[in-house]
Amino acid sequence: MSEPILQVRDLRVEYATPAGPAQAVGGVSFDLAKGEFLAIVGESGCGKSTLLFAVAQLLTYPGRLAGGEVLFDGVDFTTLKPEELRLHRWRDISVVMQSAMNALNPTLTIGAQLTDACKAHTEWSDEKIAQRSAEVLAMVAIDAVHLKSYPFQLSGGMRQRAMIAMALLLEPKLVIMDEPTSALDVVAQRSLMHQVETLRHQLGFAVIFVTHDMSVVSHYSDRLAVMYAGEIVELGPTRQVFDRPEHPYSQGLMEAFPSLLGESKQLTGIAGNPPSLVDPPEGCLFAPRCAYANDECRSVRPELIAYGNHQVRCHLVARTRKNDA
Amino acid sequence: MRALRVLLHVPGRVFRFMRRDKKAATGAIILFVLLVLTAFPTWFTPHDPAAEIYTPGAAVSWSHLLGTTSFGQDVFSQVIAGTRQSVMIALIVGFFCTVISVIVGISAAYMGGIVDDGLSLLTDVVLVIPTFPLIIVIVGYLKSAGFWLMVFVLVFTGWSYGARQLRVQALSLRNRDYLLAAKARGESSWYVITVELIPPMTSLIVANFLGAALYAVLASAGLQFVGLGNLNAESWGTMLYWAQNNEALQTGLPLWALAPGVAIAILGSGLALLNYAFDEVANPALRPVRAMKKRRVA
Amino acid sequence: MPDAILRVQDLTRLFRVGGFRTRGQLHAIDEVSFEVASGEIVALVGESGSGKSTIARVLAGLYPATSGSFVFEGKAMGRREVRASRGDMPMVFQDPFGSINPVLRVGHALLRSLKLHRPDIKRADRFAEAVALVEKVGLTPGEEVLRRYPHELSGGQRQRLGFAQALASRPSLILADEPVSMLDVSIRIGLLNVMKELRDNEGVSILYITHDLASARYVADRMIVLYAGRIAEEGLTTEVIGSPQHPYTRLLMSSAPDPHLAPTAFEGDDLGEPPKVINPGPGCRFAPRCPLAMDQCVVTTPPMVALSATHHAACYAVKP
Repeated sequence: MSEPILQVRDLRVEYATPAGPAQAVGGVSFDLAKGEFLAIVGESGCGKSTLLFAVAQLLTYPGRLAGGEVLFDGVDFTTLKPEELRLHRWRDISVVMQSAMNALNPTLTIGAQLTDACKAHTEWSDEKIAQRSAEVLAMVAIDAVHLKSYPFQLSGGMRQRAMIAMALLLEPKLVIMDEPTSALDVVAQRSLMHQVETLRHQLGFAVIFVTHDMSVVSHYSDRLAVMYAGEIVELGPTRQVFDRPEHPYSQGLMEAFPSLLGESKQLTGIAGNPPSLVDPPEGCLFAPRCAYANDECRSVRPELIAYGNHQVRCHLVARTRKNDA
Repeated sequence: MRALRVLLHVPGRVFRFMRRDKKAATGAIILFVLLVLTAFPTWFTPHDPAAEIYTPGAAVSWSHLLGTTSFGQDVFSQVIAGTRQSVMIALIVGFFCTVISVIVGISAAYMGGIVDDGLSLLTDVVLVIPTFPLIIVIVGYLKSAGFWLMVFVLVFTGWSYGARQLRVQALSLRNRDYLLAAKARGESSWYVITVELIPPMTSLIVANFLGAALYAVLASAGLQFVGLGNLNAESWGTMLYWAQNNEALQTGLPLWALAPGVAIAILGSGLALLNYAFDEVANPALRPVRAMKKRRVA
Repeated sequence: MPDAILRVQDLTRLFRVGGFRTRGQLHAIDEVSFEVASGEIVALVGESGSGKSTIARVLAGLYPATSGSFVFEGKAMGRREVRASRGDMPMVFQDPFGSINPVLRVGHALLRSLKLHRPDIKRADRFAEAVALVEKVGLTPGEEVLRRYPHELSGGQRQRLGFAQALASRPSLILADEPVSMLDVSIRIGLLNVMKELRDNEGVSILYITHDLASARYVADRMIVLYAGRIAEEGLTTEVIGSPQHPYTRLLMSSAPDPHLAPTAFEGDDLGEPPKVINPGPGCRFAPRCPLAMDQCVVTTPPMVALSATHHAACYAVKP
């Protein structure tokens, strides 16, 4: 990959809980190329949102960064002081939150919030701010008249698009999105994904998109990472991970989606529950729920091994691949 | 009755909670000590508090741990004896205020509509009435203030704050699905209120009780200090009154004035500490360690 | 339908909105009619604002209908009957956290339901019956589960408990209001399978309310598609999914992402959202967003056109 804009190396995040520290993210590493769309998929408690917050340096107590580096264009964000970090925020990386109704200030108009964002990160004149605000709203197909609207006057889909517009104000190189579609209905969801895709091609920014519903990103992302209990268990080109998942958890997950138009068959889901992050199992974190687990799986934690452009964290896959090679 | 059985579960959880939190434990210990003094003052008073037979204005000594008053009474015994009045008024006023605010607040929230409008109006009006002037007027008019009159006046002016708080919390709980579920399976309104709605509000109700008790302690001490209480009663407030009247601080008898003041502060702190602790339980946002919010569950 | 256990006729529910000056009526549901037979799962599909939850709540007796009626197990359900028979059409709620009282043990609501609705079971036998019920929905060991507190159960377990509670009154119909929307994907299948088992083994009908077409297809025998308080299309699942006739159904189908299939072309630039139906005029409510809209569509409300004995759509553009 030509010079990646983001390199995450062995990122670890811990949460303080009454029962002891919980390992929310345990040693995650990946690269992101310029303009690439990476989807991170996983269920609740897998650490995907925590990972996102850690990359954007937005963690607050009781979460804390316990190790690793986040290199953006070569600069390690984890070592920067808050004032230095501020220079990068919104210019290089911007964030779109899960629920626009919670992320937008209900007492300010959209225009006022866009102005706030501009004033916080630039020295632009009022005219330039007004012009840019109208521009970004046009990009997401919101009429400029809504600069004077309050969030409650817009529909859910429009609010989410306004969040995206705000994220694009300074033409960042990377936009991080935390489940931006989960509060939307299916039609609005489709429309939003289409919007994001169009803008990405137009402006060339990279996207890290976190979701629990992988079908939403299945047609848009370049690569797909599957997370389980704080670790990436599989990472590869989207279609490949969808069509030929190698990790037992990914396989289980793919099987758990009822198809709308495809073959109608009985599905089983994945039995059991995610492991405790305070007291995780010794070996593979998925072993307790895995139908194929053997003794090695239960005692030795597998590494994320790359097979060409496809990475999988599984002893059984490693063994099969070695035999094939 | 079913509701009673459910409510009996509460003390167990309360006890377990108090063991964990240091603030709560400290407050509980203070109150426990004061309760013992309330119940058995004569075990701890070396002398008869009212007896004016000792050397007036004596300094601290082993027989008079806090000296004597200018009338010759033992200060220490007076402080111990005064505990009963203050603690009793705190508990009694706290209890009645809580009962009224629970009934008014929760009914308003659950019934909604015109009942809510009426009760809220009543609450707000009583809330806004200035307490002290009202009390002074009532007591001045009646020319004497026995214990029960003081209780009545304090309860009358004190219930509205709690009623507002409880109403708001009940409103937020009212839309929880589990109340709808109870209604959907055919439970009566009475059952829903007592068994499903009130138990999750326990911490707030206890916090309210403690707040009302604290208010009662300070208000009653204040009234007695101003001379509106029963001047012959054995209480901290009246001690302050007499101490002030006899210029205790100026005549070299500071302990006479300070001792009851400190005692009031100790009772107040005990109640306040417990109140903070229960506030934390009632409002999870105040808790020291916060778990991550998630919308979906495994 | 001869053996329908539920017959809903022109059910309408209006809510008053607005303050002193602006007075309006929100038409949550408008003249909704449908039937549910015994032993079938019917999916009520719609986006937010379509009125699907309102239908469930009116049927469960949580609020009265503004007009229209429904007949359940042969009995006409006026307001008095609804109040007396609470629990005969039990409801399973969406939120696994909010639908169970956090300070009471798990068994509490279940035992109450048994007490209220199964007078035939003596007090001493109630606990055993409760154990049997939770084990039917896959929560084992039953005795242990009943003694726990809700926070000790996972979301999927709580929703299963919701179904067990619904079964307590031995109902012929369960109203399931988005029971899996707040669960993780891999847990949803478990619940959907429980629903299928209840239909097959206990003969219970389920009115499954959802916004997710794929899960509706997975469990439901018949589907009813709602838009802005009115029924747009209804029919057997195979009919509605296989050959959707109403333009809104088609929009839903094309918007629902299916990872197993190649991406479908995005038809047009539909950025609209379902309207809030306050003081609506006549005519089809989908017309403003409909690619096939004709003059007739805004003048009068389209009636249901029969495409087969079981398949109907309310659209002028549809030919029977």
